[in-house]
Amino acid sequence: MNSSVGQSLGLGLYQPGGSFLHRAPAGAKLAGLAVAAVVMLRISAVPAVGIAAAVTMVVTAAAGIPWRVVLRQVRPVLWFAGPLLAFQWVTAGWERGTIVVGQLILLVTLAALVTLTTRVSAMLDSFESVLRPFARIGVSPTRVALVLALTVRCVPMVAQTYAETREAQRARGLERSPTALVVPLVIRLLKKADAVGEALTARGLDD
Amino acid sequence: MIRLRGVSHRYATRDVLCGIDVDLTERRVGVIGANGSGKSTFARLLNGLVIPSEGVVEVGGFNTRTDGREVRRQVGFVFTDPDAQIVMPTVAEDVAFGLRRLGLSRVEVARRVEDALRRYGLAEYADHPAHLLSGGEKQLLAIAGVLATEPSILVCDEPTTLLDLRNAAMVTGLLAELPQQVVLVTHHLDLLAGFERVLVIHEGRLAADADPAGAVAAYRKLLA
Repeated sequence: MNSSVGQSLGLGLYQPGGSFLHRAPAGAKLAGLAVAAVVMLRISAVPAVGIAAAVTMVVTAAAGIPWRVVLRQVRPVLWFAGPLLAFQWVTAGWERGTIVVGQLILLVTLAALVTLTTRVSAMLDSFESVLRPFARIGVSPTRVALVLALTVRCVPMVAQTYAETREAQRARGLERSPTALVVPLVIRLLKKADAVGEALTARGLDD
Repeated sequence: MIRLRGVSHRYATRDVLCGIDVDLTERRVGVIGANGSGKSTFARLLNGLVIPSEGVVEVGGFNTRTDGREVRRQVGFVFTDPDAQIVMPTVAEDVAFGLRRLGLSRVEVARRVEDALRRYGLAEYADHPAHLLSGGEKQLLAIAGVLATEPSILVCDEPTTLLDLRNAAMVTGLLAELPQQVVLVTHHLDLLAGFERVLVIHEGRLAADADPAGAVAAYRKLLA
């Protein structure tokens, strides 16, 4: 296995396992996440945030996902959790700041748990089921699901292309030239998009 | 059987293939030629990715112009860059991608995925992110994804060009053992040992059609 840009982006996503969360249907997990979000956003007292945090920790432990993996998913939010806490503290008091930041971190953690315990294909099956009624008005559930899958797949591809183009830009001593980055990056991404389209046709998508 | 009759193709004003007439019945067919000679376009004609500007391409009696779906069910295609071919985030899901489109049951899809991963040495990576595989493993995954759909013909467009010697040998060994008819476009002339027939495409024309030794000799003469 390669260690690559994708890994540094934390895009490993699904973590194999046999916990109750792994076994639960994707649709049920997404519905549960929606309910948790509604409940979480109704919290108005600091002790309730503590209880929600305890419940989230129990669910995380039961899912058997290593804490470092969960933290990697939550880490991007922590960058602005501090400034958000400070702002809320100044404008609305420390209790409100704690509640808002707690809600944010816990919701991201729960969303990460759904992502880490659900295969993308299972998620896509759920989306397809939800979108099936829209087939009557010309929406193709399969194509919408495929677009979502390709979006997930393309993030590491774009990141890797950016890293390679940036490296080439530096190698030519043009690190200060935006043109030397943007032009080849756009051209390479368009060529890759063309190649992916051709591969999808070859794999029967147009059929 | 693959049949090309009077096949020509041009991109905008540039002719890339001219007057190709050939029947391919052998189990192992190689295609060689210089860069820009038209060999990749030739490969793409075989499963309908490219429809010829003139002439007819038939696979198993199906015309690529009118029966694209049937042709692509028969002809699997492996690209040079596996990154373009891998669609789904994890290894097992990517192999399942092509199978889901065949309308198979979930049980049958799961069985074929498991079988393909085991056969091509990827079973331990089933739930790994596909983009984190090595170059050789990615190409194996691309091939596994295609072969899981059980095509009767496999067309490979320079599948070893981006691979190191070890990974190239791994892919070559795999291709050699396949029961399917294989059409291999390559710059690696040593891969053609054991092939029954090799076509040399030069400046869009079929310049030679012989056994590997004869075709490689003709190719070297053309480039001398």
